[in-house]
Amino acid sequence: MPEVTRLNYGGAVNAALARILRDVPESLLFGEDVGKPGGVFGVTRGLQKAFGDRVFDTPISESAMLGTALGSAMFGRRPIVEIMWADFTLVALDQIVNQISNTRYISKGLASAPLVIRTQQGGAPGACAQHSQSLEAFFLHTPGIRVAIPSTPQDAFDTLLAASYSDDPTMVIENRSLYAGDKVDVVTDGAVKPIGGSSVRRRGDALTVVSWGSITRRVEDAADRAAQSGLRVEVIEAHWLNPFDWGTVLESLGRTHRLVVVHEANVSGGFGAEIIARVAESGIRLYAPPMRVGLPDVRVPAAPHLADALFPSIGSILRSMLLTASEGVPA
Amino acid sequence: MSEATDRYIRDFEELLQIRLFEEKVRDLRLAGDIVGSVHLCIGEEAGPVGICSVLNPEDALFSTYRGHGWALARGVPIVEMFAELLGRQTGVNGGRGGSAYLTAPQYGFNGENSIVGGAAPIALGAALSGRFDGTNRIAVTAFGDGAMNQGSVSESLNFAAAFSLPVIFVCENNGWSELTPIEEMVGESDLWRRAASFGMRAERLDGNDTETVRARAEMAAYSVRAGEGPVFLELMTARLVGHYIGDAELYRRPGELDEAKLHEPLVKQRDRLRQAGLTDEAILQIESNALAAVERAAEVALAAPLANTFDGKEHVYA
Repeated sequence: MPEVTRLNYGGAVNAALARILRDVPESLLFGEDVGKPGGVFGVTRGLQKAFGDRVFDTPISESAMLGTALGSAMFGRRPIVEIMWADFTLVALDQIVNQISNTRYISKGLASAPLVIRTQQGGAPGACAQHSQSLEAFFLHTPGIRVAIPSTPQDAFDTLLAASYSDDPTMVIENRSLYAGDKVDVVTDGAVKPIGGSSVRRRGDALTVVSWGSITRRVEDAADRAAQSGLRVEVIEAHWLNPFDWGTVLESLGRTHRLVVVHEANVSGGFGAEIIARVAESGIRLYAPPMRVGLPDVRVPAAPHLADALFPSIGSILRSMLLTASEGVPA
Repeated sequence: MSEATDRYIRDFEELLQIRLFEEKVRDLRLAGDIVGSVHLCIGEEAGPVGICSVLNPEDALFSTYRGHGWALARGVPIVEMFAELLGRQTGVNGGRGGSAYLTAPQYGFNGENSIVGGAAPIALGAALSGRFDGTNRIAVTAFGDGAMNQGSVSESLNFAAAFSLPVIFVCENNGWSELTPIEEMVGESDLWRRAASFGMRAERLDGNDTETVRARAEMAAYSVRAGEGPVFLELMTARLVGHYIGDAELYRRPGELDEAKLHEPLVKQRDRLRQAGLTDEAILQIESNALAAVERAAEVALAAPLANTFDGKEHVYA
């Protein structure tokens, strides 16, 4: 019988970190406030007590933190470094884009950077414009870095475990609005999965919606409403963005021929554009123009009602589903 | 011959290898065999030679793009160095690193960096790793005076001091922040004072004198290995060439280079050899042997095939 524990998202991250620190003696965990305080969101609580000096606090110095991760990984450690907000990676992009991503390539594999950057991103009520961006596209534009973006407790557990066992540097992008969510059954003793993969959250033949991150909950709600009107929408959640599970998306589109991509990030240059481009290149005939639903090309206001009016909502996602399902004609 | 004289000769040979390598690289660059930005360390050879002489095989070493001397002093084979700059299959990175970003961890050289302060944070992790793997590894990160004005270096100085990490920060102060005088870009031009203010031992020394550099580096290595925290060494030196090959050097002060050439590493080392009793003929013989070896290495590198283009997509991921 697998070991199943009732955990919320934050608890699942904590359990994964504990398992890694227990099973991988080379692992390290560090970042701002992650040690003694247990993290600003409480996600790393108890780990320093359990694992001693392999879990430690750092100065508020993102370049130094990320460089420490890279340098220790080059010399045999398996570091997991927390960047408290994805927005804070921007003050240290050099270490990610110029340093970490190049390590293996330039050395033809003589050096490598098996490290995990844990961060969290996205909008939440009252968050200012420097604490609410969705930045996955920055890292997806950087060959050499893997990117995971789990939104369920089980995926949070599994992706972090897979990332830490992978020999590639990986960003695992969490979401603070999920940490304190409902407790659900999480399998905590399963085999370490390979990186990559996606989950089909709803089955349907009318339309394919691809989504990732916490906004997937709204996509699921919109799909359930569409189902009440008789429209069966297939919802694919990509909890790994690099590697991306193109096979599942293309197989689905081969049946539905209609595509909507939903992400919380700004639309222009977002990864949704890449998905639509790849689908176009695949030659799969679409019956209706594909649609992107995301944050329009604006900054993020702090006042909740202002932000709510901009982020994709269940209503705006549902409208896009209905429009894409009804437009055009089958060939 | 005394042990000291042996060392003077060995150092002289290493200085010469770097100098002659750089001069040959300049020729190959101007002839078009080497393509792209090349940053020579002519005049700054004593730092790499002195510092590398105190490192153990397991220690980490990072430099900037002006790093050919650091790689050679650490023991990266000169043929593989030439080949790398020439884009040959036999290059230390098969042409992927080039002049400004080559790396050779198999020889204890953990890489050049084309971001001036980009390696200082990485050195922190290399130093930290030695606490967990039983090696007591130390890390050296060498960078120029200009890099002192990048935030990553300040972050690293503090981080290393806060955790007493075994890092030696080597600031090669050649007076030029690329094309701009460093003293115009700082409020305090004694850069070592800035490092000291972070809570570490810091000092300024003659960076053109191998014996001085080695002696201070030995002290530094002993101290950081003993867990006494990082050390900052400000090596005063001079870049006798441009920032890059082709630099018109319009920014130079009149007489600056003539003055600097009186105190450069090879001049100092020749004086030392004469004082130790070597004749001019003996010194000349060492120099001509070194030149012949460098020329041979360049020939071997040039004869190798260009790096394969078909594997250029490999090694992005594990």
